[in-house]
Amino acid sequence: MQEKALKAREKPAALGPDLDIKSFTRDVKSWPNCPVRSLPKDIAQQSLNVGVRTDEKGRAGTYFQIDHSTVFGAVQKMFEGKAEIMSTEEALEKYDWMEDYWWKLVAVDVDKYTALAEFGWDKGYFIRVLEGQKVTLPLQACLFVSKDNLNQNVHNIIIAEPNSEMQIITGCAVHPNVQRGLHVGISEFFVKKGAKLTFTMVHNWAQNFDVRPRTVALVEDGGTFVNNYVCLKPVKSLQMYPAAYCKGVNSRARFNSILYGTKNSYLDVGSKVVLQGVGSRGEVTTRAIASDNAQIYARGLLVGEQEDSKAHLECRGLLLSDSASIHAIPELVAKVKGAELSHEAAVGKIAEEQIQYLMARGFSESEAESLIVRGFMDISIFGLPNQLQDEVKKMVDITTARAL
Amino acid sequence: MLKIEDLSVEISGRKVLNHVGLSIPKGEIHALFGPNGSGKTSLIHTILGFPSCEVISGKIWFDGVDITHMPINKRVNLGIGVAFQHPPVIRGVKLGDVLRSFVEGKGGATKRFRIAQAVNFPIEFLDRDLNLGFSGGEIKRSEILQVLAQRPKFVIFDEPDSGVDVENLEVVGKTINNFLGRRSGLIVTHLGHILRYMNANLAHVLIGGRIACSGKSSKVLSQILKEGYKWCERCLREKEIEECKRKR
Repeated sequence: MQEKALKAREKPAALGPDLDIKSFTRDVKSWPNCPVRSLPKDIAQQSLNVGVRTDEKGRAGTYFQIDHSTVFGAVQKMFEGKAEIMSTEEALEKYDWMEDYWWKLVAVDVDKYTALAEFGWDKGYFIRVLEGQKVTLPLQACLFVSKDNLNQNVHNIIIAEPNSEMQIITGCAVHPNVQRGLHVGISEFFVKKGAKLTFTMVHNWAQNFDVRPRTVALVEDGGTFVNNYVCLKPVKSLQMYPAAYCKGVNSRARFNSILYGTKNSYLDVGSKVVLQGVGSRGEVTTRAIASDNAQIYARGLLVGEQEDSKAHLECRGLLLSDSASIHAIPELVAKVKGAELSHEAAVGKIAEEQIQYLMARGFSESEAESLIVRGFMDISIFGLPNQLQDEVKKMVDITTARAL
Repeated sequence: MLKIEDLSVEISGRKVLNHVGLSIPKGEIHALFGPNGSGKTSLIHTILGFPSCEVISGKIWFDGVDITHMPINKRVNLGIGVAFQHPPVIRGVKLGDVLRSFVEGKGGATKRFRIAQAVNFPIEFLDRDLNLGFSGGEIKRSEILQVLAQRPKFVIFDEPDSGVDVENLEVVGKTINNFLGRRSGLIVTHLGHILRYMNANLAHVLIGGRIACSGKSSKVLSQILKEGYKWCERCLREKEIEECKRKR
């Protein structure tokens, strides 16, 4: 593993601006373990903004990491024996079988960021729901950066055992003092037979922050993987292209992304679904808004490798400024006949007739615009349970209201 | 209530309204007839203040206020309501979001529910994206619903009878008639079907951007049904000849 990683140490990523890893620091004090409720107010507030509640209200369990330290990781009492949540470091010590999941979906030598996560590994979360268990409340995880110019490299493992069901909400956030930094996140998802996993990730980075997540999911027979992503705050550069392999018969994968690019943000976000199982289905839905000088690349790739497989890709982009840009790149690759792949993409500014229509209902021009923009970022596409949907909607509404 | 004086309008340099004059006193309902492309919808858009309709000459008065150059929402807030013929799809914006702006506060939800009931809409309809996948009849009812919620002093219906089947036509006609009560309004209709269910005081015929004639609604309608718009065109030509003679 180390040998492979060593070879990829200088290898730039296929997409996104190349970063000088050495310009970030790895030197940071460690945080002690503590009850998640006792975290300082400013950290609690920032984590709440990405959907992670330090009061744990309405959550089945929590993982909280600050910089390189795991601060907290446990499920609530009523979910003990159903689900577990801890750092991947602890999980590797606890379970021999972790070797079967570690670096099994994401290759360590993809690029210098995966290599970095091997050499400079800073924990990450391990979340597992046991066979047949349906966890009724969302599990939550927060990856927090408190020090300026820090490099944080997490490696997460998420396992939905056969016929289990779970919702996960994860948030990445930085302390208001943090301007610059590099976050690398390796995530490997295992959705086993008949399991259903909905993963919702909210990112709130800083204007000079660089982010390189590397994510792969494997979906077995009858399994469903839903990956929701929300990015609302400015970020210097974010490049990711998560992939889901629908290997099982009747397996399903869905990627929903809401990207709100502001200021000088560079967002290069793709979603890839590979249909390998008979009857597998994929769906990619992206809503991208670019304002100020934001540059957004919205990519999508559907690969049909099996007969009787079907997938659809939909990308809508809304341009709010003349100096911003949205580049939609939908790709379809059919390798066998009987793989049915389709896409639709539309990029443009707000239609004048929509504004006029709403003004004819008494809204001012700016009210009409904000209504249309908020409507555009319609999080009902995520298919979340009501309470979580309300929480995420609130986050989106607050950010949009501020941005407009 | 609404007074239009010598109104000429261009859309991207093309003349769509030509010296139009129209006056609808308080409490009166007028009908506006005209063949396709005669400028009926352009007149509505100009009354509302759509920027694409450039006023070349003339004035529009509402309730004694000159609204010729007012922003759309200001006119609407003065009490003008419109049910559109072809409203745009707006993804993610719910019908309920629009209603909420008219009917809010305590008991707002109940009121919205009652208004929805009035046009035979299940409450789930309020959670649908505006006009997305609406059938022809649903669009009509959604437009009427929004106008009902707005409770304007003066209301314009753009072709409320187009694309509506016979059974729904009666529902639409009666709902509009009930709602109008003592309000004032302008009903734009191509074929006049809707007038079976409501009373209009006067009717005007718009041909090629000009008012060809005005008269008692029932009389104008029966004449059009009998002889078609050709009759109006003839009328307009005679009018133009008269004008020329006068100028000479």
